[in-house]
Amino acid sequence: MKYDLVVVGGGPAGLAAALKAHQEGLEDILIIERDTVLGGILNQCIHNGFGVHKFKEELTGPEYSQKYIDKILNTNIQVQTDTMVLHVTKEKELHVISASQGYQVIYAKAVVLAMGCRERTRGAINIPGTRPAGVFTAGTAQRFINLEGYMPGKNVVILGSGDIGLIMARRMTLEGAKVNCVLELMPYSNGLTRNIVQCLDDYNIPLKLSHSVVKIHGKNRLEGVTIAQVDKQLKPISETEIYIPCDTLLLSIGLIPENELTRECGIELDIRTKGATVDQNRETSITGIFSCGNVLHVHDLVDYVSEEGEIAAIGAVNYIKSNKKSKKEFAYTVPMEGISYIVPQKINIGDQDKTNIYLRVNKVYEQCVISGYINNSKIYTKKYTKLTPGEMVSFNIDKGKLSLSEQDQIKFKIEEE
Amino acid sequence: MVDVAIIGAGVVGCSIARELSKYSITVSVIEKDSDVSNGTSKANSGIVHGGYDSKFGTLKGSLCVQGNSMFKDLNDQLHFGFNKCGSFVLAFSSDDMVELHHLYENGKKNGIKNLEIVDREFVLKKEPNINQEVVGALYCADAGVISPWEYAIAMAENAALNGVSFLLNNKVTSIAKKENHFTIQTDKNTINTRYIINCAGLYSDEISNMVGVNRFKIRPRKGEYILFDKEYSGLTNSILFQTPNNGSKGVLVTPTYHGNMMIGPNAEYICDKEDTSTTSQGLATLQHKVQKTLKSIDYSKAITQFSGLRAATDTYDFIIEESQVKQFINVGAIDSPGLTSSPAIAVMVSKLLLNAGLKLKKDHTFNPNLTPIIKVNELNIHDKNKLIKKDPRYGRVICRCESMTQGEIVEALHRPIPATTLDAVKRRARAGAGRCQGGFCSPRVMEIINEELDLPVLDINKSEDKSNILIDKTKKSMEVHL
Repeated sequence: MKYDLVVVGGGPAGLAAALKAHQEGLEDILIIERDTVLGGILNQCIHNGFGVHKFKEELTGPEYSQKYIDKILNTNIQVQTDTMVLHVTKEKELHVISASQGYQVIYAKAVVLAMGCRERTRGAINIPGTRPAGVFTAGTAQRFINLEGYMPGKNVVILGSGDIGLIMARRMTLEGAKVNCVLELMPYSNGLTRNIVQCLDDYNIPLKLSHSVVKIHGKNRLEGVTIAQVDKQLKPISETEIYIPCDTLLLSIGLIPENELTRECGIELDIRTKGATVDQNRETSITGIFSCGNVLHVHDLVDYVSEEGEIAAIGAVNYIKSNKKSKKEFAYTVPMEGISYIVPQKINIGDQDKTNIYLRVNKVYEQCVISGYINNSKIYTKKYTKLTPGEMVSFNIDKGKLSLSEQDQIKFKIEEE
Repeated sequence: MVDVAIIGAGVVGCSIARELSKYSITVSVIEKDSDVSNGTSKANSGIVHGGYDSKFGTLKGSLCVQGNSMFKDLNDQLHFGFNKCGSFVLAFSSDDMVELHHLYENGKKNGIKNLEIVDREFVLKKEPNINQEVVGALYCADAGVISPWEYAIAMAENAALNGVSFLLNNKVTSIAKKENHFTIQTDKNTINTRYIINCAGLYSDEISNMVGVNRFKIRPRKGEYILFDKEYSGLTNSILFQTPNNGSKGVLVTPTYHGNMMIGPNAEYICDKEDTSTTSQGLATLQHKVQKTLKSIDYSKAITQFSGLRAATDTYDFIIEESQVKQFINVGAIDSPGLTSSPAIAVMVSKLLLNAGLKLKKDHTFNPNLTPIIKVNELNIHDKNKLIKKDPRYGRVICRCESMTQGEIVEALHRPIPATTLDAVKRRARAGAGRCQGGFCSPRVMEIINEELDLPVLDINKSEDKSNILIDKTKKSMEVHL
């Protein structure tokens, strides 16, 4: 089987990419989705707040994805659900398996990787204690409640104030559970401010900053957790230990781009984003393979995920149509003081003038400036009243005006106003 | 009345059950937990040891080497998976080298053939990523890794197919000695048996006490481990021990059979036989000690931490003997190298039974082979497609981290020793054993358990009774069902 474009993943990034590629005139497009339905994680995000930027209205997750799905079903875009991509090769062969089609090899002219991300687990942060039932990642608990109709517990502690943790604090409260508290290791929350207000403050759920779970108790089902305050080095202070009886611990301790296919394919990864290293078209180190959405870097809002899917789609369509194999010359973006990562990591200087930059800061900053420099000369600056690690910063730079040359480094940093 | 009752379905009990299933006798295995291999047997290093460090002249010394030599054939028959990856004991000083020579001499006396002292270059060629300060090593090509629970399950399943009955969820509460037999009372059943084999692991002292034999006391020794993402596979290739010195064994780095890197264990004597918790001190000790072998490890790549309890005693050796109460055989104090020794222990126990008067006549219907769960991953494309055409469930990936299909999970639920819990599925079909630790697949695995076993979703346990995953329906879904 051969397609011009194969999109791996039918969540918001993949849907936006496939639709945009179609709108750009590409005919032969396949979306491969491992779940039985399109929509990805949005299917279980039944709260609202999606689409404020993109559609200027507050939609639920399923409503947001349905807007794309409806349009896609009116096109000739092929969709293969309940299908797992096992390998992607440099030659753009996709090895896939499904109940209906068996094991297939699909050939593509271009590939868009849009596999999304997964949740960090207890193992990744080394929480000691027993291993009872009742310890869930927040997203798994969300699926049980919103899609399966079951309660994972009634007396809850949540570790991590990422957005899913905050949303689940409210969700479990609405379902009649008692949410004792939300603990956050850092001295600030990684969640959106609106979620702290709407999900915790409105329900009087305490947010304990600089706190963590230091031990898990219970043989069969969770019986309680020991929590403690942490010092500046994030080490628990033993005198502050408190035991909280509970039957459920939800973990909202970060998301990891799911790049096993990417890594196996030999695509270069950025240790900061844990996603592929890409240029402004979201093209990876392997020509014709693009990456977008949460598999590239974890986004705060789905609106930006869709936007990035469209950027990757345009890149893929141009790649397929141009056939030009010209040598690429790159300038690089470099995160300096205060910046934890930047996407894209490189800028193909022979291509497109407008480059959309996404970045995240490494802690909370107030009254600050983000500046960009090439060889000590300032090429970009913008003021912000407040920046937090939980909220992505997005802006455009006009490459044409910068007259970039190969190997130039554009250094971005936080400066005091 | 059965001829033999085996108390405890860990690796030792399952090995003995399989060995005895070769004979025309009736055998029952009594296990307190919901699954076989649920205690010490599921939480250890998973290593088939060479046998050089077990003292010459002890049961450990002879049974370990003998057990090691049996694994290849056992794996050919039962297909639990055995990777003979070899082991190094790494030396970082001249003192270490002296100790290696002691181990080498001891190993030779134990009868190990493929054992040699190798130089730094040899080690670094095989293990280029380890601490470059290594000066030499003891290399044993015959050591390897297995998945300990899959081994025990395979032994148990083969035993079951050859007529051994398994009574799971049966905790022995008392044993009465009658004139020519014993009456074992469990919390659910009464079993009359002519012979008893006590391989109750951590509880073997208490079982022995039930017939008045106070021969030994188990002192649980906790060992903690950290298991890493497969992204780290290939960083090391062999089992890497540190040279023991001043009574400290050091920690090991090993690939698991399934290709995850694992580090551990520490060793701490504790009192509570149920305390399999990990501790911040224990995990910190591992992280500190392992630096000798691997200088830097990214602990955010860890996928789980666990601990296992060794059924240790104050004395060094295994206790495998007919007790002063006739026809009651103790198989106790089986700590390391118990896993490696288990098939040899089983043979030894059959001889003890013979000596104790049990007639062991070969059962000519005994089938030594076990058909394993189909591993879709390991089939070629042609066979994959043939299988999926016949049964599409083998094309539907449920566990994305380990690429396990619905077909494989369904098989696990209908094996000779069927899985009924999430952990039991994980141990047979890997679903939930990968990097997301069941985050994505557990709802779908529960759906499959519910459909296949007709078990209500709310009754599905993680492992033992009262370890239910879910506690209630949501308000909305209750309304819908009203």
